[in-house]
Amino acid sequence: MTLSSARRIELFRRMLRLRNVELRIESLYHEDRMKTPVHLCIGQEAISVGVCAHLTNDDSVSSNHRSHGHYLAKGGGLNELIAELHCKESGCTKGRGGSMHLVDTAVGHMGSSSIVGGGVPIGTGMAMAYKMRGLARVSVVFFGDGAADEGVLYESVNFAMLKRLPVVYIYENNGYSVCTTTRERQAQELIFHQVLPNKMWTQTVDGNSLDAVNAAAATAIALARSGGGPSLIECKTYRVREHAGSGVDRTGKYRDPAEIERWETHDPVHGLRADLLARGLLDQKGLEAMEAAIEAEIDEAFRAAVKSPLPLDEDLTRYVYCED
Amino acid sequence: MVQGINLALHEEMQRDPKVLVMGQDVGVNEGVFRVTAGLHAKFGETRVIDTPLAESGILGTAVGMALAGLRPVAEMQFSGFSYLALGHLEGHCSRYRARTHGALSVPLVLRMPYGGGVRALEHHSESREAMFAHLPGIKVVIPSGPRNARALMTAAIQDPDTVVFMEPKHSYRAFREDVPEEPELMDIGKAHVVQEGSELTVITWGAMLRKTLEAVSEVQAKREASVEVIDLLSISPMDTKTIAKSVRKTGRCVVVQEAPRSFGTASEVIARINDTALMYLEAPVGRVASFDIVTPYFAREQNYFPGVEDIRRGMIKTLDY
Repeated sequence: MTLSSARRIELFRRMLRLRNVELRIESLYHEDRMKTPVHLCIGQEAISVGVCAHLTNDDSVSSNHRSHGHYLAKGGGLNELIAELHCKESGCTKGRGGSMHLVDTAVGHMGSSSIVGGGVPIGTGMAMAYKMRGLARVSVVFFGDGAADEGVLYESVNFAMLKRLPVVYIYENNGYSVCTTTRERQAQELIFHQVLPNKMWTQTVDGNSLDAVNAAAATAIALARSGGGPSLIECKTYRVREHAGSGVDRTGKYRDPAEIERWETHDPVHGLRADLLARGLLDQKGLEAMEAAIEAEIDEAFRAAVKSPLPLDEDLTRYVYCED
Repeated sequence: MVQGINLALHEEMQRDPKVLVMGQDVGVNEGVFRVTAGLHAKFGETRVIDTPLAESGILGTAVGMALAGLRPVAEMQFSGFSYLALGHLEGHCSRYRARTHGALSVPLVLRMPYGGGVRALEHHSESREAMFAHLPGIKVVIPSGPRNARALMTAAIQDPDTVVFMEPKHSYRAFREDVPEEPELMDIGKAHVVQEGSELTVITWGAMLRKTLEAVSEVQAKREASVEVIDLLSISPMDTKTIAKSVRKTGRCVVVQEAPRSFGTASEVIARINDTALMYLEAPVGRVASFDIVTPYFAREQNYFPGVEDIRRGMIKTLDY
């Protein structure tokens, strides 16, 4: 499925918005007003935007610790995200969950597991529920190469294949689990690439290309929606930033600075922007207006977050069990 | 007890189409201990789901199903196998509600046979209720007979939070008991005073209740002691009120548990007595428990679990203090 020009511009806007939100988080992180660990997805924007573009609010996403992209691409509120990072009452979980546990049930962002691999069976179970309830919904599971080291991925995908569940596994292979490369941790590529196509449809794509992700996601999600069972898309990408926090370590401690630079020239946002400008789908003025609107929205989110109150102390022991 | 739990499953699946049963061999084979008998035939494979042997996958998938509006009852063949699934209990079941400030919760039942009774070693015979009870947000329930097993299973399925339902396999087919025609519901978090007394409180749960009652009748026969017996039924939340009320009355207490002695439910009961009834005590609270070792192999199992004689001695010691 190829993108129309208007759709292409809109998806670029979403990627740019996500990028600029994270750049702002990064630039202000040292002020220590944001009180949560953050795992930035700078350089991976095409994946969450390209996949979520095919989902409705009834479809759900099961996310992980690197979750800002999944949350925003699924339609999660920006003000609520920024407030959550500040541990404020107006946050998406009222300042209880932080960056790794974002939730916006109204748009089908049903939470993230901060435990690597934890969200994989959960998203699989949600697909099982949709199938049992006869709903034409799709469950998307975002997981990284770290989760691909975990045994529960095997258990979950096997179950999804057995029961032909409407689930799409999006494997964001960004090359690193903290400081260890995927190659150093995995003896071979993900074993599920070898399953028979009638058990599960799989594809490997350039995760930094919106077009590639979009096309594969369109196929996978349509398949799930029409009862065709699970699918898995490996999106090859790169974690430009560090595992957590802000900045890039270019000292060569665990990765070659030249490798980082190479990937920076293959940046999904910059690449798409250049392409849109070159094709005349967007001009400099239009781009500036787009960026200004995004910046204004981010300004407002940070202003509101700072002003919002902290969670109440009296609430500390609430919501352990149901209170109704 | 097997029939009691099975009846509750039938009734709840009939009542609420969102209720489903899942686990290895729970469907066509009707479960290792036949707790899920008849369910597959009646409700079909859509709602009685045979899963692969994948404890982590079973519970993790059940979490997703619960979040998406279903009421899964997931089985572990033996409680000792659930350790592979602990991550989901700890990482998701126990904290989804608190973490989302009440927006989302995980209403599922994790049911599993536990404890001694089949003379199998280690994982097939363990009592790790304290481990589960330590998790905030999780309820831990242990029935002691057919009638309360049925009523508590019904309550567990209807509960809006995750309930770990531990079935004392020693009591699975130990005795018969009439259950009412109509579905019955018991409050989770309430202990049951099995018999009233004024000189000693004995607190226990699960399969230890029957042994305790035997020991109590022996002691009563020999020395006319008036003994109150409390069946906890719910490990967490624990019914501190009933415990405190009883111990304030009797001034003496013994806690009997099948689990190893240290860091367990008995320790928690004693801590709560400390908090609520310390000044009423006429003797230190006694503990009758297993040794702090792994459940031993066949030949030595009977030396490991507390027997009627151990309980009797524990009671006498506390009465004579």
